[in-house]
Amino acid sequence: MIALLLTVFTPLAGMLLLGALRSARVAGWLNLALCALSLAGALWLAADVLAHGAVAGASFRVDALSVYLVVLTALVGLTTAIFSRPYMRYVHEERRVTRGGLRLYHSMYQGFLFTMLLALTTDNLGILWVAVEGATLATVLLVSLYRTPAAIEAAWKYFILCGVGIAQALFGTVTLYFAAQHALADPAANGLSWSALYAVAPQLEPRVMSVAFVFLLVGYGTKVGLVPLHSWLPDAHSEGPTPMSAVLSGLLLNVALYAVVRMKMLTDAALAGSATPDLAGHLLMGFGLVSFLVAAISLQRRRDIKRLFSYSSIEHMGLMTFGFGVGGPLATFAALLHMLVHALTKSAIFITVGHATHISRTQRIDRIRGLIRTQPAVGWGLLIGVAAIAGFPPFGIFTSEFLLLSATMHAWPWLTIPLMIGLVVAFAGLFRSVQPMVFGAAPPGQYPVRANMLPVIMQLALVLLLGIALPGLLAHWLDQATQLITGRHLL
Amino acid sequence: MDHFLSPLAHALSALLQPLLLLTVAPLLVAWIRRVKARLQNRRGASLLQPYRDLRKLFAKEAVVARTASPLFRVAPYLVFAATLVAAGALPLLSLRLPSAAVADAIAVIGLLGLARFLLVLAGLDAGTPFGGMGSSREMLVSTFAEPALLLVVFTLAMTAHSTNLASMAQTTLHAGLVLRPSYLFALAALLLVAIAECGRIPVDNPATHLELTMIHEGMLLEYSGRHLALMEWAAQLKLALFAVLIVDLFLPWGIAAGFAPGALARAALALALKLGALGALLAVAETALAKMRLFRVPGFLNLAFMLALLGLLSHVILEAAT
Amino acid sequence: MNPAALPLLDQALLVLAAMALFTAFALLAQTRLTAAIHTFAWQGALVAAVAALTGRASGDAHLYVSALITLALKVALIPWMLHRLVRRLALERQADPLEHPALTLLAGAGIVVFSDWVAEPVAHFDASATRNVIAISLAIVLLGMLMMVVRRQAVAQVLGFMAMENGLFLAAVASTHGMPLVVELGVAFDVLVAMVLFGVFFLQIKNSIDSLDIDRLSQLAEPVEDDDVRGDAP
Repeated sequence: MIALLLTVFTPLAGMLLLGALRSARVAGWLNLALCALSLAGALWLAADVLAHGAVAGASFRVDALSVYLVVLTALVGLTTAIFSRPYMRYVHEERRVTRGGLRLYHSMYQGFLFTMLLALTTDNLGILWVAVEGATLATVLLVSLYRTPAAIEAAWKYFILCGVGIAQALFGTVTLYFAAQHALADPAANGLSWSALYAVAPQLEPRVMSVAFVFLLVGYGTKVGLVPLHSWLPDAHSEGPTPMSAVLSGLLLNVALYAVVRMKMLTDAALAGSATPDLAGHLLMGFGLVSFLVAAISLQRRRDIKRLFSYSSIEHMGLMTFGFGVGGPLATFAALLHMLVHALTKSAIFITVGHATHISRTQRIDRIRGLIRTQPAVGWGLLIGVAAIAGFPPFGIFTSEFLLLSATMHAWPWLTIPLMIGLVVAFAGLFRSVQPMVFGAAPPGQYPVRANMLPVIMQLALVLLLGIALPGLLAHWLDQATQLITGRHLL
Repeated sequence: MDHFLSPLAHALSALLQPLLLLTVAPLLVAWIRRVKARLQNRRGASLLQPYRDLRKLFAKEAVVARTASPLFRVAPYLVFAATLVAAGALPLLSLRLPSAAVADAIAVIGLLGLARFLLVLAGLDAGTPFGGMGSSREMLVSTFAEPALLLVVFTLAMTAHSTNLASMAQTTLHAGLVLRPSYLFALAALLLVAIAECGRIPVDNPATHLELTMIHEGMLLEYSGRHLALMEWAAQLKLALFAVLIVDLFLPWGIAAGFAPGALARAALALALKLGALGALLAVAETALAKMRLFRVPGFLNLAFMLALLGLLSHVILEAAT
Repeated sequence: MNPAALPLLDQALLVLAAMALFTAFALLAQTRLTAAIHTFAWQGALVAAVAALTGRASGDAHLYVSALITLALKVALIPWMLHRLVRRLALERQADPLEHPALTLLAGAGIVVFSDWVAEPVAHFDASATRNVIAISLAIVLLGMLMMVVRRQAVAQVLGFMAMENGLFLAAVASTHGMPLVVELGVAFDVLVAMVLFGVFFLQIKNSIDSLDIDRLSQLAEPVEDDDVRGDAP
């Protein structure tokens, strides 16, 4: 329990602390230290959960599935904080953000991590909603941090669209609570507790649960970036500060998907005996596949480098959603693994992109050229990152996509065709844009910048390691999470 | 008991109720004018003034334009008759309406539509610009008002399971005080429609025929003498008719079930009180509101339509027995 | 459910809920900002009254607390903040006419029918008198959404957003006699923070495009070929 409190409430304290702190230099370091502390708590918590099973108490509940994402969140939070410290100082020196803006940034960075960790560790579905909505509130001012008209527009769109979406999720939650009232003995006390609901799920009225799930899927799906509710995502990613893009892609989308998966577990259990037992899975597959294909097509001919990679995020979120929709131990295992490797790779890519835009002083793909000559570390980082995200062996994404494809081949053989096509199209779109950026002739007057490639190297190495050989501990861990979701072990 | 009432008495009451309404219609108008005057710190004319006006007009010679067709002469009688027949379908003092077989809300709306149609034709007939403008505006108003009015009737009919006015009133009486969202919306819609149909502020100003935006007065501009008297009286009757319609549908309490003299007296008193209150309400609203520009009238009536539609929907959603 | 068979308290509940639905339509059609804010405050008051009456009918004391929170937040605080912002941004006289008023209202009516259809399985499952209010509340949520779609004015969009919150609260009250208090407090906190952020945004938007007309925020909405050409921003 102490580990849990340490993990979740360090960022909350950090938010208040950094909000009050005036020195920008200290704030950067403090931000980093807080993230490290939170990660330490997360690892401790993970050890606890893996050794003794779920930790629960006072509307918190952490099981193998949530602690997996807690560690991932804390880890990406830390690596991005390492990158963000010098990056934000550079942005500040460029006068693109004021001192007050910097303070807001650091405070809200911690606030965002707090909402993410709270969403992952709470057992109360109402608090889950509050936390996910809180994540929007924490990040929306960061998207408009640069105060350009485009940034303000992106932030407004983000705010309004996510607000509308998340309102649907609240309606779904209310409907869920309504179903719970008829199944639980004491609904006022634990009517929104996920674990209590899961225990009585077969008694939840199937038709009510179907309605609830549709609203919850639309609501949290907006946050996942599922087509057709995705249009906020590229804007928010491209206009916000780069560290923000890294955590949005790496964390927020995952947490929203986590919420969807939790709801799917409930719905599946409730609908097991009804006429449409696979409603939730089929909906997820449909939304996932459409998002995947639309994003793969949208990857072609992008002009803004951050938009390019945000479409790639939509593509991968679609793939994961599809994987969870297919269900079964193998597909679920693959989707879980994909969450991990995608978050690591994508945040590494966004960090590299931050350096690349720093070098060439633009986000336009046709003006970023010759990175590998100007600064080999950044060039190679981008190249390797893109190779990883495109699903090249021996990186981890290859493993998870391969597992997912074989699961699909098994359950829905003809759906592997669109998946394969989508992967090839996405690959082509990514490489056509990235190749000249890395290898093209560097324009004159382009100089290397002080880049901190440590987080990139760390994360890409981790992805590589996961691709070559999945460590036994992690495999066991993922298997426990898979067992939670599907009720069956894979290994 | 009135089960044994002779056919003669039946027929008599069928005649008497609309005639009674016809008689009190100018009084209602006079009452509204009086209240309005008081609200504007004037003393106002006598309550008998509309009667005097009518008598004066009937005594005067009717002048007819040279270009006018025979329709122009016939129209006042037809308009008056149609409105009077419509009034005959309303339960005024007693629910035991001899004309019950035809006393249908839709028939009332149809008769009023007929009267309007003739009025509009008459307005066009003389070929003057004001008459044409008034007619086209009247048609504009009716295009929006009539669907709303029908929708109100349908909404209420869904609860009453009838479009017969007497049995609709009977249902409301029988149920006692029940708060129904659909009735609330229907009442609001009917009030708006009545204001538009009777040409009151803010849709039309009945007090003047000097405005370029006049509707009803524009159509009557060529009429004089007994023709004008009939047209004016029909308009007053229409106002009274709508007032009684509102009372019948939403506040029928006090109305007599049969023809017992005591009950009839009570009903007359109740009706007088209710009409007086409605008239006062209208006077207050007319004092508080300004006449709206013509192009906003569709918006006003759209609101009425919307309210009626909401009434229908809220009946289906909230009140339908399942 | 025939209202004649219900106690007067439940009848009043139905009437209040229906009136809240009407305010949602009024918000949709209201072109003047100040009048729209008043309408929104009325909607909040109606919803709070529904909560209080439900509390009276069911004996749930915490519904009174919810009603008070709603009253404070949706009737007093948020309208006050909006009025202040409108004054500060000199928008009092701003009208924001709908492009197709009749079409919009018909779409609204369609939404009501749709909500009834969606909520039918939920309502069907419950025996309480107010079950059909769920459909009404869903309609209010979706009408708020429609308002955010058809309105081009930032303040009007915010009103739509807040009207959605009203609908959600009504849904919670009508279907389950309110959410657990901790969740309601969290939601209220989120709404409050959202309102503050909206205020910040109004100022930012006003500063950047000198108007609160969202249509003029269109840099990111160009055709696909141009949509990501932007300034040289890292």
